[in-house]
Amino acid sequence: MIDWLHPSFLFLLGAVLVALLPARIRMAAAVLVPLAAFFVIVNLPLGNGLQYQLFGFDLTLLRVDKLSKAFGYVFTINAFAAGIFALHLKTRVEPVAALTYIGASIGAVFAGDLISLYLFWEVMAIASTFLILARGTERSYQSAFRYVMIHLLGGLMLLAGILLQIKATGSVAFDPFAIRDLPTYLILIGFLVNAAAPPLSAWLSDAYPEATVTGGVVLTAYTTKTAVYTLIRGFAGWEILMVVGCVMALYGIIYAILENDMRRILAYSIINQVGFMVTGVGIGTAMALNGAVAHAFCHIIYKALLWMSAGAVLQLTGKSKCTDLGGLYKTMPLTLIFGCIGALAISSFPGFSGYTSKPMIIEAGVHGGFYWVWLVLELASAGVFLHAGIKFPYFVFFAKDSGMRPGEAPPHMLVAMAFLSFICIFLGVYPQPLYAILPFEVNFHPYTFEHTLNQLQLLMFSALAFFMFLPMLKRTETISIDSDWFYRKGGQLFFTAADKLFNSINAQAEKLVAVELTAQVSRFFKQPGFLIQRQGVRLLAAVSGNRQQAEQMEAWLDARNRSGAYPIGIWVLLAVSILGIMSLLYLLIR
Amino acid sequence: MSKKSKPAAASVPTTPREFNWLDDPKNIRLVRNVFYAVLVLLVLPDFFMHKHTLFYSVEAWPGFYAVFGFISCVGIILVSKLLGYALKRSENYYD
Repeated sequence: MIDWLHPSFLFLLGAVLVALLPARIRMAAAVLVPLAAFFVIVNLPLGNGLQYQLFGFDLTLLRVDKLSKAFGYVFTINAFAAGIFALHLKTRVEPVAALTYIGASIGAVFAGDLISLYLFWEVMAIASTFLILARGTERSYQSAFRYVMIHLLGGLMLLAGILLQIKATGSVAFDPFAIRDLPTYLILIGFLVNAAAPPLSAWLSDAYPEATVTGGVVLTAYTTKTAVYTLIRGFAGWEILMVVGCVMALYGIIYAILENDMRRILAYSIINQVGFMVTGVGIGTAMALNGAVAHAFCHIIYKALLWMSAGAVLQLTGKSKCTDLGGLYKTMPLTLIFGCIGALAISSFPGFSGYTSKPMIIEAGVHGGFYWVWLVLELASAGVFLHAGIKFPYFVFFAKDSGMRPGEAPPHMLVAMAFLSFICIFLGVYPQPLYAILPFEVNFHPYTFEHTLNQLQLLMFSALAFFMFLPMLKRTETISIDSDWFYRKGGQLFFTAADKLFNSINAQAEKLVAVELTAQVSRFFKQPGFLIQRQGVRLLAAVSGNRQQAEQMEAWLDARNRSGAYPIGIWVLLAVSILGIMSLLYLLIR
Repeated sequence: MSKKSKPAAASVPTTPREFNWLDDPKNIRLVRNVFYAVLVLLVLPDFFMHKHTLFYSVEAWPGFYAVFGFISCVGIILVSKLLGYALKRSENYYD
């Protein structure tokens, strides 16, 4: 078709259109743009396109291969579903920010060089911040501020790495990094910040749950998965990523279990799921990378589905904490069913999409002979069912009767959820279309009897553990300290310390200079002649020891001062002696 | 003013339909028994088939993945419970 049409351009055009169109047809544009972009990506010819020159470097806006296309497909499919889910929106900010954000992330995926990548990367950070700000609460403002600060920090790391890399190699190419030194590690850290790898992961669980209902659905897909894409592109086979990924997988589970807010539970489970993908990148074989791409694809779909069902609950009840929710199955059965499909898919339950993608990563680890990777990922698989597969639907839709009877989600939300549910089941039973778009040839069969049986055992006995230990999992009205403590409490601490230190210096200085010194000076200048003379008399008295005479002199000085009687002779004498001293000084210095 | 009168007028015809199936303890018992039956049925085939191992022979024992899943989850629950004592704070901790 048209090989110069960049899919991001459609999104940016859509953002402008949405800003101009009247409210009634505004959201139609937000649905049609991803659809158009999807067909553009389908028809993009493989190879590089849209090359341009900037700062004397040859840059490439369109690098089309199977890897970038796979992410392009799922990004546009998810944007389409999110557009339907958000059809009720009357505001401008959210759709404009969402389209810009999605467009930038697609731009980052198709960027063929480091500089283009960096430019799109920063647009993503800024645009996504508005999806959090749009909530309009005090909490969301603060959270959005922390969110954008961390992303700017990550962006600076990335920029520093890119500049050093260009200086070292003279090339802006974004290809697998071979040399492990400072520039590439800085780039890696920049990517890992967006992938929400601990310790710089708290931005995700801090900010996403504070976003708007529809903003949360959009946010879950793009930032972390663009980071996964860049890791696959640049850092496949870096063993350190296996460790990072396994830590993420476990970290997400533990925090999700401690959490009370349903959308924060789902936010932590993003970190857990991205952990699987990062581990796959670390293993770095063809099968592992296929697994990482496939899992990113499936994850985007089922995680958006889960956020939609949680979003529908939040939209209708205004509540988000498990302790406030419960018993919603009575009036929201369809939302429950769609939410459960998402929950089963994330748990990689046989028959749902997670089961055709995640085991690929685990099997690649087994092929690589990494026993501990297998152990951690199997353990994490059991944990996923625990925290996202059962905990989320159980506490929101069952557990206890909260007394709320909100009714079913609005039709457009149900349609969006039904669409994503269909993809979850379709790819669960017939994964071949997904396998066909993966970067390498797929030689993987999830549905052997033994493997399916093992997985079902693992999951169902995890469920048994959940219900047996239910009293220990009861939700409490608490939050858990995460690594954002360092900049939230640390920030407060810094402020308090700075306040105490600098303001106390300031107060002391004010007391000394402004209050006491000026008072002294003004007292002195009321009667300067008298005060000097009296001081002189006192000095003489201290030397001679004749206190009586001194007191007489002082009384006389005081009387003369009161009456203002200073004979002219004294002034003349003073003037002449000062002149004398000055001429003497002049002669001496000369 | 209009806000007050609206829900009262609208709530009568649009009272959402309610499903109360799980309110009956009998049904909860049924769900639980089905669940237990499924657990048994899932482990049963292990006794009659040859299982492959990936790293160690223990993986071929009947019900290995069932035990693995159960112990993993109990471990995760206990570890998070313990960490919870150190990490949990009241909701307005940061305010």
